[in-house]
Amino acid sequence: MNSIHDMGGMHGMGPLVIEHEDGVFHEYWHGRVFALRMACAFHRRYNGDMGRYARERMPPARFLAASYYERALYGLERVLVESGMIDEAELASGRPASAERAAACLQPAQVEAITRTRRRTRMDEVQVAPKFQVGDAVMTRNFQPEGHTRLPRYARGRRGVVQRDHGVFSFADSNAMTRDRKPQHMYSIRFAATELWGEAASPRDTLCLDVWDDYLLPA
Amino acid sequence: MSDHHHDHDHDHDHDRPLSGPALRVKALESLLAEKGLIDPKTLDEIVDTYEHRVGPRNGARVVARAWVDPAFRKRLLADATQAVAEFGFIEPHAEDMVAVENTPQVRNLVVCSLCSCYPWPVLGLPPAWYKSDAYRARAVVDPRGVLKAFGEDIPEDVEVRVWDSTAEMRYLVLPERPTGTEGWSEDALAALVTRDSMVGVGTAKLPELGA
Repeated sequence: MNSIHDMGGMHGMGPLVIEHEDGVFHEYWHGRVFALRMACAFHRRYNGDMGRYARERMPPARFLAASYYERALYGLERVLVESGMIDEAELASGRPASAERAAACLQPAQVEAITRTRRRTRMDEVQVAPKFQVGDAVMTRNFQPEGHTRLPRYARGRRGVVQRDHGVFSFADSNAMTRDRKPQHMYSIRFAATELWGEAASPRDTLCLDVWDDYLLPA
Repeated sequence: MSDHHHDHDHDHDHDRPLSGPALRVKALESLLAEKGLIDPKTLDEIVDTYEHRVGPRNGARVVARAWVDPAFRKRLLADATQAVAEFGFIEPHAEDMVAVENTPQVRNLVVCSLCSCYPWPVLGLPPAWYKSDAYRARAVVDPRGVLKAFGEDIPEDVEVRVWDSTAEMRYLVLPERPTGTEGWSEDALAALVTRDSMVGVGTAKLPELGA
């Protein structure tokens, strides 16, 4: 969706503030949001793409005014309701609608292993032929999906070259909307900075983006 | 962050009345705990893990190994997922990673313009600036300006290569090994590898600063 989360190339976001801080979580509740997200994902009632899509739907004015962890909290609340793990009344009241309890949840002893095993989106076990080869000239589609996509606006309708075939991955766009993993090849595409940003960009500079077959046309 | 994160009742953040998101998180946590969907002790463990055990020291060990071991460096650049798994930071095939190498001709810079994707197992959680709108908006269109803000003036004849990590592939920059470190041990070299150098906004420390 063409919303505010897709901010590559935008101006007016203020100065880059570089704090050389050591603390991971600046507030107690930041850590709780982070940990809740991980503990809730354990149930596999939704996938990571659905989680990102939930966060992106925060209304733009609110999104811009919110901190990183407020955005994360918004996305978590939405995806918990949408996946049926909680309902709106429970979210509003903070009280469970019934005494029913989940059979299991993520335990402290499982945390260490979880940090080393992300849910895979690579699907090499599925045989799908690549549509493009390393070295091919390609063009990204120019589309405006109302649903989730991982092709930023600045990279739509642009010419690039396939520099690496990452293998077969689930497709974020369909996985977020219908849980259809639609396995397909994903490539690293290299674009000239001038192709993306115009003549003022350095002719030497480049940008690489990971792009699925469904985003690509032959150039 | 308090040192008392194992002990909710005494956490300093609880000494003042909660409001806004802090209150909402607390309510959500207790709702989910009552429904048996989460265990608050697990949340403590997750926070503690990312505060104390997973962080850029992991990535620094990978970089230092690549500096001293040409065969490992080759494996890292060919298949970072497998090479990083050799350290046990990730299970084989768990996190899909690519390592990109800085050279005198190429400076790599990593960003996620759509959210804040970052290689957690090797770098831990991202710093605030990496998640900031200013960095996400600017790094793709003006990487030289961003590098300048970090004190890095990149000559015109060097290519700046931006990696906008918007899919499930995670990027680790392999910075250049500082000169004057010939014969150094892997551990000593790892101490020169900064988080910023592995995101691409900085370089490894000079030997006199890191020793």
